[in-house]
Amino acid sequence: MPRYLLLLHDTGTMPEGIGPDEIQAIIQRYIDWRARVEAAGHAVMGHKLKDGEGRVMTATHGQLSVTDGPYAEAREVVGGLFVVDAASYDEIQALCADHPHLDFGTIEIREIQPT
Amino acid sequence: MDGLVDSLFRRESGRLVGLLTRQLGPHRLSLAEDAVQEALLKALQTWPHGGVPDNAAAWLYQVARRAALDRLRHERVVAAKADAVAAGRDAATEPSLPDLATPFDDDELVMMFMTCHPALPPDARVALTLKVVGGFGVGEIARAFLAQDAAIAQRLVRAKRTLREHAVAFALPAEDAVHQRLASVLDALYLMFSEGHAPTAGADAIKEDVAEEAMRLVTLLARHPGTARPETHALRALMLLHAARFPGRVDDGALQLLADQDRSAWDPVLLAEGMRALGRAAAGPVETRFHLEAAIAAAHAAAPTWADTDWPQILSLYDALVARWPSPVAALNRVIAFAQVFGAEAALREAAPLAADPRLNRFHRLPAVLADLHARAGHRAQAETFFAQALAHEMSAPERRLLETRQAALGGL
Repeated sequence: MPRYLLLLHDTGTMPEGIGPDEIQAIIQRYIDWRARVEAAGHAVMGHKLKDGEGRVMTATHGQLSVTDGPYAEAREVVGGLFVVDAASYDEIQALCADHPHLDFGTIEIREIQPT
Repeated sequence: MDGLVDSLFRRESGRLVGLLTRQLGPHRLSLAEDAVQEALLKALQTWPHGGVPDNAAAWLYQVARRAALDRLRHERVVAAKADAVAAGRDAATEPSLPDLATPFDDDELVMMFMTCHPALPPDARVALTLKVVGGFGVGEIARAFLAQDAAIAQRLVRAKRTLREHAVAFALPAEDAVHQRLASVLDALYLMFSEGHAPTAGADAIKEDVAEEAMRLVTLLARHPGTARPETHALRALMLLHAARFPGRVDDGALQLLADQDRSAWDPVLLAEGMRALGRAAAGPVETRFHLEAAIAAAHAAAPTWADTDWPQILSLYDALVARWPSPVAALNRVIAFAQVFGAEAALREAAPLAADPRLNRFHRLPAVLADLHARAGHRAQAETFFAQALAHEMSAPERRLLETRQAALGGL
């Protein structure tokens, strides 16, 4: 079955002054989404990317340059990722239709090239 | 992948703030709150992708602890730099906190005495207790009080400043002071419970949580030997007996009068527990406002139907209540009991002085009661007038529907 990479971009739309119950409710929505998708037979792997850190390496004419970034303050930084088994783009899109992250950012979907 | 236990974050928030405040000192309440909030937000960032850790509570404590230490360290660095410049001294010693969270049940109790300090106005005590001990968010508290977020936030800031000004300690009051300080705590919990079970917001889940929090906290007090006094048991009995009736209060979304409630829907476990608590409350010479109100609630609970209610007993309880703790609400409820014993006409005469009370004029309850009494006495025109007056006030949708139903029933007169 094909595998898809979900890049969860954070657009900084988390509500201010959010209370413990609300925080728990949001976490629960992510947990529930994952449980639903797994229960429907799609393997799921998930990782959070550490905020505020990163390096960008480029080599130009054999010269290596390394800069810090991208930073969490930058718009649309990827906050986390999932890798999900699905039959097609249509299917993974359908699985993500009710993904809670859509309330807080965008989801970029890329199929992983099978070797 | 495990789900999260109901209200886990709220409970842990309260517990951790108490724990950190004990470790850092009461003047550090805000820092403790900020550190815990930071931990919750960290969980929000990481758990959705990586999953819930095996020991969620320990994870939260570790992160909150680190956040608190970071903040302290930052403060000391800033202060130390100034100090070092001023006096050439070495930087202050590293702040430290224990690695393991060893929860003491007392933390919440002690925190309650802090957040219900008599120097704080009653509204502030309730808001601060809900926030710090109950782990409710500012928005949730604002909705329970029917206030603006900013107003509640202000109230909390002022309350914490007052606590710092009074150098309130993080400790249970000394035995000779407990009785007095306990009164302040019980008053706050009574107010909290009233906010929670007031019918003005219909089936608002937030409000049920508030009522439950009040019950949980009074139960903590009832279990601790230093605070398990008759008045504590009486307040607990009062809450349990009222809470037992919640399921009967709303039928299919419609508010029910006590007279019309399906009593089989009342929770028998809460009723039994409430009666037991009342028994414990009676084990002493002390009789408080809570004793009387609990006894009234017990009298209702003991009656299998409205018709079987021991109204003379209830009336005499209201007589005592109004004599020693006069309040317009108690006086109004007494009029209702009076009508049951002496009839609607006599009750209307009893109610006459209440019309002059400015505190009752702001709400719909007095004209609603008068409308009902006039209807029962056969005075259709006056009943119409008072129903109209009542409906002109602001109230929740379920309350309005109930009043309109009763108004429509006048057609049968």
